[in-house]
Amino acid sequence: MTIHNLYIFDRNGTCLHYSEWNRKKQAGISKEEEYKLMYGMLFSIRSFVSKMSPLDMKDGFVAFQTSRYKLHYYETPTGIKIVMNTDLGVPNCRDILHQIYSTLYVEYIVKNPLCVLGETLQSELFNSRLDSFIRALPFFNVRAA
Amino acid sequence: MAIFSVYVVNKAGGLIYQYDNYVPRAEVEKTFSFPLDLVLKIHDEKVVVSFGQRDGIRVGHAVLSINGVDVNGKYTAEGKDILEYLKDSSNYPVSIRFGRARLTSNEKLMLASMFHSLFAIGSQLSPEVGSSGIEMLETDMFKLHCFQTLTGIKFIVLADPRQSGVDGLLRKIYEIYSDFALKNPFYSLEMPIRCELFDQNLKSALEIAEKAGTFGPGS
Repeated sequence: MTIHNLYIFDRNGTCLHYSEWNRKKQAGISKEEEYKLMYGMLFSIRSFVSKMSPLDMKDGFVAFQTSRYKLHYYETPTGIKIVMNTDLGVPNCRDILHQIYSTLYVEYIVKNPLCVLGETLQSELFNSRLDSFIRALPFFNVRAA
Repeated sequence: MAIFSVYVVNKAGGLIYQYDNYVPRAEVEKTFSFPLDLVLKIHDEKVVVSFGQRDGIRVGHAVLSINGVDVNGKYTAEGKDILEYLKDSSNYPVSIRFGRARLTSNEKLMLASMFHSLFAIGSQLSPEVGSSGIEMLETDMFKLHCFQTLTGIKFIVLADPRQSGVDGLLRKIYEIYSDFALKNPFYSLEMPIRCELFDQNLKSALEIAEKAGTFGPGS
């Protein structure tokens, strides 16, 4: 069971943060294009789900899975989107992503007077805390490359 | 536990078959007096609630009928503009039914093609080698399962999140497709499926899946 990578987007589509731990295959396009494609795909999935849903939704789109990986999604009311790709054995990650938002993003970015919201996150403290938080998760297990 | 609908998408991304098995309709009918405390707007040729929420009426709900008569897009059945009608205080008290707007065939076609592309992007953005496209999409109200055959046909089933055995159901639908659509000499490949036997067998397969919860091999 392992975590591949993590993206954080803001409401305008800017990728605020990206880190990877265990990624085997690159997308074949540049990083900027990959962020835009990922954001566009999530935007389309959200609108697709709201139209298709037979009943009014509370949380909306939560996750999707393919034959090799599972993508977990969490969006805050302010438009901050946290996306995590893991392998298939990982159960529902919504509260973990919520924890990343509340204990890491809010504490180290929003409350930091030097961090400009809307741009790529520069805080070294945030990066290191996020890394140690992810590595401490029970289903994080770096497979030998 | 229910199966909401089934979609079949061809190789090019076009919808070739669609069946709504169970569509839960949460509709609210209330009598209103002037002035209306909900803010309405026109969206996609329908009148929807843009602001205001009460008694089961939420943002995004569309006006389905006025005084018991179904509306026709943004006009009433008589041809009057709904927003104008509701601005006139002499028409009150009025009874309006709100609910989630039903998908038109055009919208279903567009959504199926949209899913076809999202399926491919899911495979492209994969961090692992050899990933397929999106096989299961999860929300709090429904789960969408997709099975892509070796020839590129996608069978998509929308079901309740707790419904089990949908993978078996998808394989069963593939079997029904190959028996009653492909073997039908009057059916052309990649075209909309209009085979009665396919419809009948699909309906009974859905009934069995809902009752049993799982699909055994060889059923």
